[in-house]
Amino acid sequence: MIFYPLLSAVGQSLYSAESRLDENGFVVDREVFVGLENYAEIFVGAQSERFYNALANTTFFTVVSVALETVIGVAFALMMNRAFRGRAFLRAAVLVPWAIPTAVSGLLWRWMFQADGIVNALSGSQVLWTAEGMAAQAAVIIAEVWKTSPFIGLLVLAGLQIIPEEVYEAAKLDGASAWKQFWAITLPLVKPALMVAVLFRLLDALRMFDLPFVLVGPRKESVETLSILAWDSANQLQYGAASAFSIVLLLYVSVIVYMFVRLLGADIFQSDATRPQSSRRRRAVSPAPRPAAHHQEETR
Amino acid sequence: MRQRRPNRFATLSALAIGVLTMTACGGPSDSTAASAPEELSGRGPITYVSSPDSSGAAQETIEAWNAAHPEEPVEWIELPLDADQQRQQMIQNAQIESDAYTVLNLDVVWTSEFAANRWVEPLPVEELPLDGMIDATVEAATYADQQFAVPYYTDGALLYGRSDLLEAAGVQMPTTWEAMEQACAAVLELPEAEGMSCYAGQFDKNEGLTVNFSEAAASAGGALYDADGQPSVDTPETLDALNFLVDGFESGMIPQEAVTFQEEQGRQAFQDGDLVFLRNWPYIYNPLSAQDGSSQVAGKFTVAPIPGQDGPGVSTLGGRNLAISSSAENKATALDFITFFVSQEQERARLELSSRAPVYSALFEDQEIVSALPYLPTLLQSVESAQPRPKAVQYGAATAAIQDAVYAAITGKQTPEESLAGLQIQLEELAN
Repeated sequence: MIFYPLLSAVGQSLYSAESRLDENGFVVDREVFVGLENYAEIFVGAQSERFYNALANTTFFTVVSVALETVIGVAFALMMNRAFRGRAFLRAAVLVPWAIPTAVSGLLWRWMFQADGIVNALSGSQVLWTAEGMAAQAAVIIAEVWKTSPFIGLLVLAGLQIIPEEVYEAAKLDGASAWKQFWAITLPLVKPALMVAVLFRLLDALRMFDLPFVLVGPRKESVETLSILAWDSANQLQYGAASAFSIVLLLYVSVIVYMFVRLLGADIFQSDATRPQSSRRRRAVSPAPRPAAHHQEETR
Repeated sequence: MRQRRPNRFATLSALAIGVLTMTACGGPSDSTAASAPEELSGRGPITYVSSPDSSGAAQETIEAWNAAHPEEPVEWIELPLDADQQRQQMIQNAQIESDAYTVLNLDVVWTSEFAANRWVEPLPVEELPLDGMIDATVEAATYADQQFAVPYYTDGALLYGRSDLLEAAGVQMPTTWEAMEQACAAVLELPEAEGMSCYAGQFDKNEGLTVNFSEAAASAGGALYDADGQPSVDTPETLDALNFLVDGFESGMIPQEAVTFQEEQGRQAFQDGDLVFLRNWPYIYNPLSAQDGSSQVAGKFTVAPIPGQDGPGVSTLGGRNLAISSSAENKATALDFITFFVSQEQERARLELSSRAPVYSALFEDQEIVSALPYLPTLLQSVESAQPRPKAVQYGAATAAIQDAVYAAITGKQTPEESLAGLQIQLEELAN
């Protein structure tokens, strides 16, 4: 079930539909085996300019939006983790952007970013957000961050809630400032949850399709992502090229995720290595050394 | 319904085996073009595959047919609203040679592609109710001198103008681009026209841009494809057409935000009183006339054929055609159903619910109908002189290339000369 579509796409990417018109104007077409020609087209051939542009856009969107989402999501989680009136309401409210289907939120933002939309009305400017260029990229990133920060926020919140309160109490006794507590306790302990959240977001963002497609439109140079490129080829019935684009996207996603997991994996193993030693029993006796050990590790 | 399934799966699995063993064959189909179409045979249940019809008018026609033909019922298969998705689903159906779809509701611009790939059947002209239909619509349903589809409804461009302001400035609805510019100059002098812009169409990067550019080209005496079907975009006429748009944006005659306008954004701008003139389709006539306060221009606008370089412009032809899928069964029933569906009686009956323009010119002059849809006489003028969009077999790729080139020119990325020269090369590659 997993491999058939994959293999079929790989097979398809080695073919190209060759069609011509006969003397009466009717299409004569055949599927021709072209080997790696579809891939050559992508990397050095006629499609390469569009491909590298889409690759750059995809990477740019992923890096910028995931970075912003992480910062905003963590900030949200910290706020929601405090006890205050209306916390339950805030938690529910924060989920709304995540719950809306992407295509629908794309439409919502499209209305807001329209030339006569509310964004221009409130800022008193005349920016054409849905045309081309930096403004269009900014529009996509704003909508993406709005939509997916809650996801990171909630996963991090789950991570925060399992940090035992006594760790903070001990830190307070030691006279650690709030900022130091965050860096030395909160962040290291919440890191596994945060990393999983970021990994999921990376996977998602690299395949970004609906938001730029709905918000700005297909075949707009400044927001064309690899997924949109693959869709566009399929729409022109060039299934070979479309499969090749998808395979390249798959490889790209795999490489990025592999690199991420390698970096993060090494980290996880290290913190795991220290964890069994500072087992529950020892922590109950003296909770203070653990955050300190972590602190050293982080700043090393 | 039931016996169709195994058949479809058989085709699918045959296809899958074909892919797996990587035997990529599929020789040319026998070409019997220009000869008489084969007789369509088989009677029984069929399907009608179409975009949704929110008016409910098409549903009534189908119910009327089903009541009269209980042995040959028609089942409606509703496709998504998005035209690209409709096209893709129909093509997939054709590629796996499924008999799930019988009668296809095709956009006029897809007709050539479906005909050239033999995804739809050639139809016997003498059995179709083509008499009395507007010539341009019948012509748009032909390919290689054969009738592959029958017009269902039609669409053409209208120029909407602010009659109140034109009257106050003492000018007429323009018939040329130059007259439109002068009319704007006069209107924008008026104190009540402060902050308004002159003209807009659909200039966002989608099908609307192809429509607007090919209209401008035809209105300047050119054409995107010549009579032999060869691309002809690198000509003085099409350059005039592109310059009309590019200069319009530069001079401010067309507001900058119009590069984000599809049909609806333009309607909104006109309806809010931001535009003196707007090129759009007839469907916006009703919302513009709304008396519930949503429209600021109700009763203050009029329609005319679109303007051109030296005289009235040439509209693009829009609308839908019906055709019979080649891989379907019960094609004789399908032909009868199409004949019934597009008959003048049914077209007339549907007008009670739907404002889609019929394809019979007689209905455009019917007093009763015109009093309900007052734009019809103007639309008839527009449609009668309309040009179909390029009859390109690879229409999807052609329209994408046209949009890329025109958008690059109107956003200042390329000069008009550069973009047309590049477009000519691209379209030539697609044409052979």
